[in-house]
Amino acid sequence: MLKLEKVQSGYGNKLAIKNVSLEIQEGEIITLIGANGAGKSTTLMTICGVVPCRSGSITFQDREIQEMAPEEIVRLGICQVPEGRHIFPQLTVKENLDMGAFLRKDKEGIKKDMEYVFALFPILAERRNQDGGNLSGGEQQMLAMSRALMARPQVLLLDEPSMGLAPLVIKQIFEIIKQINEESNTTIFLVEQNANQALHIADRGYVMENGEITLTGKAQELLANKDIQKAYLGI
Amino acid sequence: MDYFIELLFSGLTRGSIYALIALGYTMVYGIIGLINFAHGEIYMIGAFTAFIVATVLSIYGFPLIAIVIIAGIAAVVWSSSYGYTIEKIAYKPLRHAPRLSPLISAIGMSIFLQNYVLLAQTSDFLPFPRLIPDFPFMEPIAHIVGSTDLVILVTTVIVMVALTFIIKFTLIGKAMRATSQDRTMATLVGINVNRVISATFIIGSGLAAIGGLLIASHIGQINFYIGFLAGIKAFTAAVLGGIGSIPGAVLGSLILGLTESFATGYVSSDYEDVFAFSLLVLILIFKPSGLLGKATNQKV
Repeated sequence: MLKLEKVQSGYGNKLAIKNVSLEIQEGEIITLIGANGAGKSTTLMTICGVVPCRSGSITFQDREIQEMAPEEIVRLGICQVPEGRHIFPQLTVKENLDMGAFLRKDKEGIKKDMEYVFALFPILAERRNQDGGNLSGGEQQMLAMSRALMARPQVLLLDEPSMGLAPLVIKQIFEIIKQINEESNTTIFLVEQNANQALHIADRGYVMENGEITLTGKAQELLANKDIQKAYLGI
Repeated sequence: MDYFIELLFSGLTRGSIYALIALGYTMVYGIIGLINFAHGEIYMIGAFTAFIVATVLSIYGFPLIAIVIIAGIAAVVWSSSYGYTIEKIAYKPLRHAPRLSPLISAIGMSIFLQNYVLLAQTSDFLPFPRLIPDFPFMEPIAHIVGSTDLVILVTTVIVMVALTFIIKFTLIGKAMRATSQDRTMATLVGINVNRVISATFIIGSGLAAIGGLLIASHIGQINFYIGFLAGIKAFTAAVLGGIGSIPGAVLGSLILGLTESFATGYVSSDYEDVFAFSLLVLILIFKPSGLLGKATNQKV
Protein backbone atom coordinates (compact mmCIF):
# COMPACT_ATOMS: atom_id res chain seq x y z
CA MET A 1 0.00 0.00 0.00
CA LEU A 2 2.71 2.42 1.05
CA LYS A 3 6.22 1.78 -0.15
CA LEU A 4 9.49 3.63 0.39
CA GLU A 5 12.40 2.82 -1.88
CA LYS A 6 15.94 4.03 -1.17
CA VAL A 7 14.63 7.24 0.30
CA GLN A 8 17.10 9.94 1.31
CA SER A 9 16.17 13.15 3.07
CA GLY A 10 17.33 15.55 5.74
CA TYR A 11 17.78 19.09 6.89
CA GLY A 12 20.26 21.60 5.45
CA ASN A 13 23.21 19.72 4.02
CA LYS A 14 22.89 16.86 6.47
CA LEU A 15 21.14 13.65 5.58
CA ALA A 16 18.98 12.40 8.43
CA ILE A 17 17.83 9.31 6.57
CA LYS A 18 20.29 7.81 4.16
CA ASN A 19 18.77 4.81 2.53
CA VAL A 20 15.39 3.72 3.74
CA SER A 21 13.27 1.11 2.04
CA LEU A 22 10.16 -0.25 3.67
CA GLU A 23 6.71 -1.40 2.80
CA ILE A 24 3.32 -1.45 4.51
CA GLN A 25 0.45 -3.68 3.45
CA GLU A 26 -3.15 -2.62 3.78
CA GLY A 27 -4.61 -3.25 7.25
CA GLU A 28 -1.25 -3.91 8.87
CA ILE A 29 0.25 -2.43 11.97
CA ILE A 30 3.95 -1.96 11.46
CA THR A 31 6.36 -0.34 13.83
CA LEU A 32 9.63 1.46 13.33
CA ILE A 33 11.87 1.35 16.38
CA GLY A 34 15.25 2.86 17.03
CA ALA A 35 17.22 5.13 19.29
CA ASN A 36 16.90 8.88 19.60
CA GLY A 37 18.06 10.65 16.45
CA ALA A 38 17.99 7.50 14.32
CA GLY A 39 15.79 9.27 11.76
CA LYS A 40 12.39 7.85 12.65
CA SER A 41 10.52 11.15 12.82
CA THR A 42 12.26 12.38 9.68
CA THR A 43 10.99 9.28 7.89
CA LEU A 44 7.42 10.18 8.80
CA MET A 45 7.87 13.85 7.89
CA THR A 46 9.30 12.79 4.52
CA ILE A 47 6.30 10.57 3.81
CA CYS A 48 4.01 13.53 4.62
CA GLY A 49 5.94 15.84 2.31
CA VAL A 50 6.98 18.24 5.07
CA VAL A 51 10.66 17.35 4.71
CA PRO A 52 11.50 17.09 1.01
CA CYS A 53 12.57 13.73 -0.32
CA ARG A 54 16.07 14.09 -1.85
CA SER A 55 16.18 10.84 -3.77
CA GLY A 56 14.40 7.54 -4.00
CA SER A 57 10.68 7.10 -4.32
CA ILE A 58 7.59 6.92 -2.11
CA THR A 59 4.61 5.11 -3.63
CA PHE A 60 1.11 5.06 -2.22
CA GLN A 61 -1.48 2.87 -3.96
CA ASP A 62 0.68 2.79 -7.11
CA ARG A 63 1.13 6.57 -7.22
CA GLU A 64 4.42 8.30 -6.64
CA ILE A 65 3.87 10.89 -3.92
CA GLN A 66 7.38 12.13 -3.11
CA GLU A 67 6.90 15.33 -5.14
CA MET A 68 3.44 16.12 -3.85
CA ALA A 69 2.53 18.99 -1.53
CA PRO A 70 1.63 18.05 2.04
CA GLU A 71 -2.06 18.85 1.62
CA GLU A 72 -2.33 16.60 -1.43
CA ILE A 73 -0.81 13.77 0.58
CA VAL A 74 -3.35 14.32 3.36
CA ARG A 75 -6.09 14.30 0.73
CA LEU A 76 -4.88 10.88 -0.46
CA GLY A 77 -5.43 9.56 3.05
CA ILE A 78 -2.08 9.66 4.81
CA CYS A 79 -2.30 11.41 8.18
CA GLN A 80 0.26 11.91 10.87
CA VAL A 81 0.06 12.38 14.60
CA PRO A 82 3.42 14.04 15.15
CA GLU A 83 5.75 13.66 18.07
CA GLY A 84 4.80 15.96 20.93
CA ARG A 85 1.15 15.88 19.79
CA HIS A 86 1.06 19.44 18.42
CA ILE A 87 -2.39 20.37 19.65
CA PHE A 88 -3.51 23.84 18.56
CA PRO A 89 -3.38 25.28 22.08
CA GLN A 90 -5.87 28.11 21.71
CA LEU A 91 -8.40 26.26 19.62
CA THR A 92 -11.09 24.37 21.49
CA VAL A 93 -11.20 20.59 21.39
CA LYS A 94 -14.01 20.78 18.85
CA GLU A 95 -12.13 23.29 16.70
CA ASN A 96 -9.05 21.06 16.80
CA LEU A 97 -11.21 18.25 15.45
CA ASP A 98 -12.66 20.57 12.80
CA MET A 99 -9.12 21.27 11.67
CA GLY A 100 -8.52 17.54 11.32
CA ALA A 101 -11.40 17.47 8.83
CA PHE A 102 -10.11 20.58 7.07
CA LEU A 103 -10.06 19.07 3.58
CA ARG A 104 -13.40 17.30 3.85
CA LYS A 105 -16.60 18.77 2.52
CA ASP A 106 -19.17 16.18 3.62
CA LYS A 107 -20.77 17.82 6.67
CA GLU A 108 -22.80 14.71 7.57
CA GLY A 109 -19.76 12.46 7.49
CA ILE A 110 -17.75 14.89 9.59
CA LYS A 111 -20.50 14.97 12.20
CA LYS A 112 -20.67 11.19 12.28
CA ASP A 113 -16.91 10.86 12.63
CA MET A 114 -16.89 13.39 15.44
CA GLU A 115 -19.43 11.27 17.28
CA TYR A 116 -17.24 8.24 16.60
CA VAL A 117 -14.14 9.81 18.19
CA PHE A 118 -16.19 11.12 21.08
CA ALA A 119 -17.36 7.56 21.68
CA LEU A 120 -13.76 6.39 21.42
CA PHE A 121 -12.59 9.02 23.93
CA PRO A 122 -15.56 10.15 26.06
CA ILE A 123 -13.36 12.58 27.98
CA LEU A 124 -12.98 14.67 24.80
CA ALA A 125 -16.75 15.00 24.51
CA GLU A 126 -16.83 16.38 28.03
CA ARG A 127 -14.14 18.90 27.21
CA ARG A 128 -15.24 19.82 23.72
CA ASN A 129 -15.40 23.55 24.46
CA GLN A 130 -12.14 23.78 26.39
CA ASP A 131 -8.94 25.03 24.82
CA GLY A 132 -6.69 22.23 23.61
CA GLY A 133 -3.78 23.70 25.56
CA ASN A 134 -5.57 23.11 28.87
CA LEU A 135 -5.81 19.34 28.45
CA SER A 136 -3.52 16.90 30.24
CA GLY A 137 -0.83 15.06 28.29
CA GLY A 138 -2.92 11.92 27.90
CA GLU A 139 -5.97 13.87 26.80
CA GLN A 140 -3.87 15.77 24.30
CA GLN A 141 -2.62 12.50 22.83
CA MET A 142 -6.21 11.33 22.52
CA LEU A 143 -7.15 14.61 20.87
CA ALA A 144 -4.21 14.40 18.48
CA MET A 145 -5.20 10.89 17.42
CA SER A 146 -8.85 11.90 17.09
CA ARG A 147 -7.90 14.89 14.99
CA ALA A 148 -6.03 12.61 12.60
CA LEU A 149 -8.99 10.21 12.49
CA MET A 150 -11.26 13.10 11.48
CA ALA A 151 -9.53 13.06 8.09
CA ARG A 152 -10.62 9.43 7.61
CA PRO A 153 -7.08 8.28 6.94
CA GLN A 154 -6.22 5.11 5.12
CA VAL A 155 -2.80 5.14 6.71
CA LEU A 156 -2.26 6.60 10.16
CA LEU A 157 1.30 7.58 11.03
CA LEU A 158 1.85 7.75 14.77
CA ASP A 159 5.02 9.30 16.13
CA GLU A 160 5.82 8.35 19.73
CA PRO A 161 2.25 8.25 21.02
CA SER A 162 3.45 7.04 24.42
CA MET A 163 5.94 9.83 25.03
CA GLY A 164 5.66 11.43 28.46
CA LEU A 165 2.53 9.55 29.49
CA ALA A 166 1.72 7.49 32.58
CA PRO A 167 1.90 3.70 32.12
CA LEU A 168 -1.84 3.27 32.55
CA VAL A 169 -2.57 5.88 29.89
CA ILE A 170 -0.01 4.29 27.56
CA LYS A 171 -1.82 0.99 27.89
CA GLN A 172 -5.11 2.65 27.03
CA ILE A 173 -3.61 4.45 24.01
CA PHE A 174 -2.15 1.23 22.62
CA GLU A 175 -5.46 -0.56 23.07
CA ILE A 176 -7.19 2.19 21.12
CA ILE A 177 -4.59 1.97 18.36
CA LYS A 178 -5.33 -1.72 18.03
CA GLN A 179 -9.06 -0.97 18.08
CA ILE A 180 -8.79 1.67 15.34
CA ASN A 181 -6.86 -0.79 13.23
CA GLU A 182 -9.44 -3.54 13.66
CA GLU A 183 -12.64 -1.50 13.47
CA SER A 184 -11.97 0.62 10.42
CA ASN A 185 -9.20 -1.42 8.81
CA THR A 186 -6.89 1.61 9.11
CA THR A 187 -3.29 0.79 8.30
CA ILE A 188 -1.00 1.90 11.09
CA PHE A 189 2.63 2.96 10.95
CA LEU A 190 3.83 3.32 14.51
CA VAL A 191 7.11 4.94 15.44
CA GLU A 192 8.15 4.20 18.99
CA GLN A 193 11.00 4.25 21.44
CA ASN A 194 8.87 2.10 23.67
CA ALA A 195 9.83 -0.92 21.57
CA ASN A 196 8.34 -3.51 23.85
CA GLN A 197 4.78 -2.12 23.72
CA ALA A 198 5.02 -1.35 20.04
CA LEU A 199 6.19 -4.82 19.04
CA HIS A 200 3.43 -6.39 21.08
CA ILE A 201 0.66 -4.83 19.02
CA ALA A 202 2.47 -4.73 15.66
CA ASP A 203 2.44 -7.32 12.88
CA ARG A 204 5.91 -6.49 11.63
CA GLY A 205 8.73 -4.23 12.69
CA TYR A 206 11.69 -2.34 11.28
CA VAL A 207 14.75 -1.34 13.23
CA MET A 208 16.46 1.91 12.35
CA GLU A 209 20.00 3.00 13.18
CA ASN A 210 21.74 6.15 11.99
CA GLY A 211 19.28 6.78 9.20
CA GLU A 212 19.26 3.26 7.83
CA ILE A 213 17.06 0.21 8.27
CA THR A 214 19.24 -2.44 9.83
CA LEU A 215 16.78 -5.19 10.58
CA THR A 216 13.26 -6.18 9.73
CA GLY A 217 10.97 -9.06 10.51
CA LYS A 218 7.79 -10.26 12.14
CA ALA A 219 7.14 -8.54 15.44
CA GLN A 220 7.31 -11.83 17.33
CA GLU A 221 10.71 -12.64 15.79
CA LEU A 222 12.07 -9.23 16.70
CA LEU A 223 10.83 -9.61 20.27
CA ALA A 224 12.73 -12.89 20.48
CA ASN A 225 15.88 -11.49 18.86
CA LYS A 226 18.78 -11.36 21.34
CA ASP A 227 20.32 -8.15 19.92
CA ILE A 228 17.00 -6.35 19.94
CA GLN A 229 16.32 -7.48 23.48
CA LYS A 230 19.65 -6.10 24.57
CA ALA A 231 19.53 -2.83 22.67
CA TYR A 232 15.87 -1.81 22.80
CA LEU A 233 13.96 -3.95 25.26
CA GLY A 234 16.31 -3.72 28.20
CA ILE A 235 16.21 -7.44 28.87
CA MET B 1 -17.90 68.61 30.09
CA ASP B 2 -18.62 69.20 26.42
CA TYR B 3 -14.92 69.65 25.89
CA PHE B 4 -14.18 66.35 27.58
CA ILE B 5 -16.73 64.50 25.44
CA GLU B 6 -15.38 66.17 22.33
CA LEU B 7 -11.88 64.96 23.18
CA LEU B 8 -13.23 61.53 24.01
CA PHE B 9 -14.84 61.17 20.60
CA SER B 10 -11.87 62.57 18.76
CA GLY B 11 -9.71 60.04 20.64
CA LEU B 12 -12.01 57.17 19.76
CA THR B 13 -11.99 58.25 16.12
CA ARG B 14 -8.22 58.32 16.02
CA GLY B 15 -8.11 55.01 17.85
CA SER B 16 -10.46 53.44 15.32
CA ILE B 17 -8.21 54.43 12.44
CA TYR B 18 -5.15 53.12 14.27
CA ALA B 19 -7.02 49.90 14.94
CA LEU B 20 -7.83 49.39 11.26
CA ILE B 21 -4.12 49.64 10.46
CA ALA B 22 -2.84 47.88 13.58
CA LEU B 23 -4.87 44.77 12.80
CA GLY B 24 -2.80 44.22 9.67
CA TYR B 25 0.43 44.40 11.64
CA THR B 26 -0.77 42.07 14.34
CA MET B 27 -2.36 39.49 12.04
CA VAL B 28 0.72 39.22 9.85
CA TYR B 29 2.94 39.02 12.92
CA GLY B 30 0.71 36.31 14.37
CA ILE B 31 1.04 34.15 11.26
CA ILE B 32 4.61 34.59 10.06
CA GLY B 33 6.30 36.45 12.91
CA LEU B 34 7.20 39.39 10.69
CA ILE B 35 6.72 43.11 11.30
CA ASN B 36 5.47 44.19 7.89
CA PHE B 37 6.94 47.69 7.76
CA ALA B 38 5.42 48.23 4.32
CA HIS B 39 1.97 48.08 5.87
CA GLY B 40 1.81 51.85 6.42
CA GLU B 41 2.41 52.28 2.71
CA ILE B 42 -0.47 49.94 1.92
CA TYR B 43 -2.67 52.32 3.89
CA MET B 44 -1.25 55.28 1.96
CA ILE B 45 -1.89 53.51 -1.35
CA GLY B 46 -5.46 52.86 -0.23
CA ALA B 47 -5.90 56.58 0.41
CA PHE B 48 -4.43 57.45 -3.00
CA THR B 49 -6.62 54.95 -4.81
CA ALA B 50 -9.68 56.35 -3.09
CA PHE B 51 -8.49 59.85 -3.97
CA ILE B 52 -8.11 59.09 -7.67
CA VAL B 53 -11.36 57.18 -7.99
CA ALA B 54 -13.36 59.70 -5.96
CA THR B 55 -11.98 62.65 -7.90
CA VAL B 56 -12.72 61.07 -11.27
CA LEU B 57 -16.20 60.02 -10.24
CA SER B 58 -17.06 63.43 -8.83
CA ILE B 59 -16.03 64.99 -12.15
CA TYR B 60 -18.61 62.78 -13.82
CA GLY B 61 -21.15 63.88 -11.26
CA PHE B 62 -21.83 60.59 -9.50
CA PRO B 63 -23.94 60.87 -6.34
CA LEU B 64 -21.92 61.00 -3.12
CA ILE B 65 -23.02 57.65 -1.78
CA ALA B 66 -22.00 55.92 -5.02
CA ILE B 67 -18.64 57.67 -4.93
CA VAL B 68 -17.98 56.52 -1.36
CA ILE B 69 -18.90 52.92 -2.10
CA ILE B 70 -17.01 52.65 -5.40
CA ALA B 71 -13.94 54.46 -4.04
CA GLY B 72 -14.01 52.23 -0.97
CA ILE B 73 -14.21 49.04 -2.98
CA ALA B 74 -11.49 50.24 -5.37
CA ALA B 75 -9.20 51.14 -2.45
CA VAL B 76 -9.74 47.77 -0.76
CA VAL B 77 -9.17 45.77 -3.93
CA TRP B 78 -6.15 47.76 -5.03
CA SER B 79 -4.47 47.76 -1.60
CA SER B 80 -5.17 44.06 -1.14
CA SER B 81 -3.53 43.25 -4.44
CA TYR B 82 -0.51 45.27 -3.32
CA GLY B 83 -0.42 43.42 0.00
CA TYR B 84 -0.69 40.07 -1.78
CA THR B 85 2.04 40.95 -4.27
CA ILE B 86 4.41 42.35 -1.66
CA GLU B 87 4.21 39.12 0.30
CA LYS B 88 4.93 37.04 -2.80
CA ILE B 89 7.83 39.21 -3.96
CA ALA B 90 9.49 40.41 -0.78
CA TYR B 91 8.70 37.91 1.98
CA LYS B 92 7.88 34.50 0.56
CA PRO B 93 11.34 33.88 -0.94
CA LEU B 94 12.78 34.64 2.51
CA ARG B 95 10.45 32.32 4.42
CA HIS B 96 13.30 30.14 5.64
CA ALA B 97 15.94 32.85 5.92
CA PRO B 98 17.04 34.26 9.29
CA ARG B 99 14.43 36.57 10.79
CA LEU B 100 16.37 39.73 10.10
CA SER B 101 16.26 39.26 6.32
CA PRO B 102 12.51 39.63 5.76
CA LEU B 103 12.51 42.55 8.20
CA ILE B 104 15.05 44.40 6.10
CA SER B 105 13.15 43.41 3.00
CA ALA B 106 10.04 44.98 4.58
CA ILE B 107 11.83 48.25 5.27
CA GLY B 108 13.10 48.23 1.69
CA MET B 109 9.59 47.62 0.41
CA SER B 110 8.31 50.53 2.49
CA ILE B 111 10.89 52.95 1.10
CA PHE B 112 10.33 51.66 -2.43
CA LEU B 113 6.56 52.19 -2.27
CA GLN B 114 6.91 55.69 -0.81
CA ASN B 115 9.20 56.74 -3.60
CA TYR B 116 7.15 54.97 -6.21
CA VAL B 117 4.08 56.99 -5.21
CA LEU B 118 6.20 60.13 -4.95
CA LEU B 119 7.37 59.69 -8.55
CA ALA B 120 4.14 58.36 -9.98
CA GLN B 121 1.95 60.98 -8.29
CA THR B 122 3.43 64.05 -6.68
CA SER B 123 5.28 65.22 -3.59
CA ASP B 124 2.64 67.88 -2.85
CA PHE B 125 -0.28 67.53 -0.54
CA LEU B 126 -3.39 66.74 -2.56
CA PRO B 127 -6.82 67.97 -1.47
CA PHE B 128 -8.97 64.96 -0.73
CA PRO B 129 -12.62 65.42 -1.72
CA ARG B 130 -15.16 65.62 1.09
CA LEU B 131 -16.91 62.29 0.95
CA ILE B 132 -18.92 62.52 4.13
CA PRO B 133 -21.54 65.29 4.30
CA ASP B 134 -22.78 66.89 7.51
CA PHE B 135 -25.85 64.93 8.50
CA PRO B 136 -28.81 67.12 9.50
CA PHE B 137 -29.62 64.90 12.47
CA MET B 138 -26.13 65.51 13.88
CA GLU B 139 -26.74 69.28 13.88
CA PRO B 140 -27.48 69.72 17.64
CA ILE B 141 -24.27 67.98 18.71
CA ALA B 142 -22.09 68.90 15.72
CA HIS B 143 -19.79 71.00 17.92
CA ILE B 144 -18.95 67.89 19.95
CA VAL B 145 -19.09 65.01 17.49
CA GLY B 146 -18.71 65.62 13.78
CA SER B 147 -20.48 63.55 11.15
CA THR B 148 -17.15 62.21 9.91
CA ASP B 149 -16.29 60.99 13.40
CA LEU B 150 -19.59 59.19 13.55
CA VAL B 151 -19.07 57.52 10.18
CA ILE B 152 -15.55 56.45 11.13
CA LEU B 153 -16.71 54.97 14.43
CA VAL B 154 -19.66 53.14 12.92
CA THR B 155 -17.62 51.81 9.99
CA THR B 156 -14.90 50.59 12.31
CA VAL B 157 -17.37 48.80 14.56
CA ILE B 158 -18.97 47.07 11.55
CA VAL B 159 -15.57 46.04 10.19
CA MET B 160 -14.46 44.70 13.59
CA VAL B 161 -17.62 42.64 14.00
CA ALA B 162 -17.19 41.22 10.50
CA LEU B 163 -13.54 40.42 11.15
CA THR B 164 -14.33 38.73 14.47
CA PHE B 165 -16.94 36.63 12.70
CA ILE B 166 -14.48 35.61 9.98
CA ILE B 167 -11.73 34.70 12.43
CA LYS B 168 -13.97 32.87 14.86
CA PHE B 169 -16.40 30.96 12.73
CA THR B 170 -15.29 30.54 9.12
CA LEU B 171 -13.01 27.77 7.91
CA ILE B 172 -10.36 30.19 6.65
CA GLY B 173 -10.49 32.01 10.00
CA LYS B 174 -9.96 28.81 11.93
CA ALA B 175 -7.18 27.87 9.53
CA MET B 176 -5.56 31.26 10.18
CA ARG B 177 -5.66 30.72 13.92
CA ALA B 178 -4.39 27.17 13.56
CA THR B 179 -1.53 28.32 11.33
CA SER B 180 -0.51 31.07 13.73
CA GLN B 181 -0.47 28.62 16.64
CA ASP B 182 1.39 25.75 15.00
CA ARG B 183 2.47 26.01 11.40
CA THR B 184 3.90 22.48 11.08
CA MET B 185 0.73 20.93 12.38
CA ALA B 186 -1.38 23.14 10.14
CA THR B 187 0.54 21.68 7.20
CA LEU B 188 -0.02 18.17 8.51
CA VAL B 189 -3.81 18.51 8.65
CA GLY B 190 -3.77 19.65 5.03
CA ILE B 191 -3.96 23.42 5.37
CA ASN B 192 -2.22 25.16 2.49
CA VAL B 193 -0.13 27.52 4.61
CA ASN B 194 0.85 29.73 1.67
CA ARG B 195 -2.78 30.36 0.92
CA VAL B 196 -3.49 31.25 4.56
CA ILE B 197 -0.59 33.70 4.58
CA SER B 198 -1.87 35.31 1.37
CA ALA B 199 -5.36 35.58 2.86
CA THR B 200 -3.91 37.29 5.93
CA PHE B 201 -2.10 39.87 3.82
CA ILE B 202 -5.22 40.47 1.73
CA ILE B 203 -7.50 40.96 4.74
CA GLY B 204 -4.97 43.15 6.59
CA SER B 205 -4.40 45.32 3.51
CA GLY B 206 -8.12 45.70 2.93
CA LEU B 207 -8.61 46.95 6.49
CA ALA B 208 -5.75 49.43 6.08
CA ALA B 209 -7.32 50.72 2.85
CA ILE B 210 -10.61 51.36 4.63
CA GLY B 211 -8.63 53.25 7.27
CA GLY B 212 -6.88 55.22 4.54
CA LEU B 213 -10.14 56.24 2.89
CA LEU B 214 -11.72 57.29 6.18
CA ILE B 215 -8.82 59.31 7.53
CA ALA B 216 -8.17 61.02 4.21
CA SER B 217 -11.73 62.26 4.01
CA HIS B 218 -11.48 63.30 7.66
CA ILE B 219 -8.27 65.29 7.35
CA GLY B 220 -8.91 66.42 3.79
CA GLN B 221 -5.47 66.02 2.30
CA ILE B 222 -2.98 63.27 1.49
CA ASN B 223 0.57 62.87 0.29
CA PHE B 224 3.02 60.02 -0.25
CA TYR B 225 4.39 60.26 3.29
CA ILE B 226 1.19 59.80 5.34
CA GLY B 227 1.80 56.06 5.62
CA PHE B 228 4.97 56.49 7.60
CA LEU B 229 3.68 58.16 10.76
CA ALA B 230 0.34 56.35 10.66
CA GLY B 231 2.23 53.08 10.26
CA ILE B 232 4.52 53.79 13.20
CA LYS B 233 1.58 54.81 15.38
CA ALA B 234 -0.45 51.75 14.46
CA PHE B 235 2.57 49.55 15.04
CA THR B 236 2.98 51.17 18.46
CA ALA B 237 -0.67 50.46 19.18
CA ALA B 238 -0.24 46.83 18.16
CA VAL B 239 2.79 46.44 20.45
CA LEU B 240 0.94 48.23 23.23
CA GLY B 241 -1.92 45.76 23.06
CA GLY B 242 0.36 42.77 22.61
CA ILE B 243 1.53 42.05 19.09
CA GLY B 244 -0.10 38.98 17.59
CA SER B 245 -3.30 39.52 19.58
CA ILE B 246 -6.29 40.83 17.61
CA PRO B 247 -8.31 42.21 20.56
CA GLY B 248 -5.02 43.59 21.85
CA ALA B 249 -4.50 45.61 18.68
CA VAL B 250 -7.93 47.18 19.02
CA LEU B 251 -7.48 47.93 22.71
CA GLY B 252 -4.00 49.34 22.19
CA SER B 253 -5.24 51.53 19.36
CA LEU B 254 -8.10 52.99 21.39
CA ILE B 255 -5.80 53.69 24.35
CA LEU B 256 -3.26 55.33 22.08
CA GLY B 257 -5.93 57.42 20.34
CA LEU B 258 -7.43 58.59 23.63
CA THR B 259 -4.02 59.40 25.13
CA GLU B 260 -3.14 61.53 22.13
CA SER B 261 -6.46 63.25 22.10
CA PHE B 262 -6.42 64.16 25.81
CA ALA B 263 -2.77 65.16 25.68
CA THR B 264 -3.54 67.47 22.79
CA GLY B 265 -6.63 68.86 24.43
CA TYR B 266 -5.40 69.42 27.98
CA VAL B 267 -1.67 69.94 27.53
CA SER B 268 -0.59 70.95 24.06
CA SER B 269 -0.65 69.45 20.61
CA ASP B 270 3.13 69.65 20.63
CA TYR B 271 3.15 66.94 23.28
CA GLU B 272 0.86 64.53 21.44
CA ASP B 273 3.63 62.18 20.30
CA VAL B 274 5.57 62.53 23.54
CA PHE B 275 2.62 61.16 25.50
CA ALA B 276 1.89 58.44 22.96
CA PHE B 277 5.40 57.04 22.98
CA SER B 278 5.93 57.55 26.73
CA LEU B 279 2.90 55.35 27.21
CA LEU B 280 4.49 52.72 25.01
CA VAL B 281 7.74 52.82 26.97
CA LEU B 282 5.88 52.56 30.28
CA ILE B 283 3.83 49.59 29.21
CA LEU B 284 6.84 47.80 27.78
CA ILE B 285 8.69 48.29 31.07
CA PHE B 286 5.91 46.85 33.21
CA LYS B 287 4.39 44.37 30.77
CA PRO B 288 6.83 43.61 27.96
CA SER B 289 4.41 41.33 26.13
CA GLY B 290 1.84 44.11 25.83
CA LEU B 291 -1.57 44.45 27.46
CA LEU B 292 -3.19 41.31 26.07
CA GLY B 293 -0.12 39.58 24.65
CA LYS B 294 1.01 36.26 26.01
CA ALA B 295 4.46 35.93 27.44
CA THR B 296 6.05 33.33 25.22
CA ASN B 297 9.23 31.49 25.87
CA GLN B 298 11.35 31.23 22.78
CA LYS B 299 12.14 27.58 22.18
CA VAL B 300 15.84 26.97 21.86
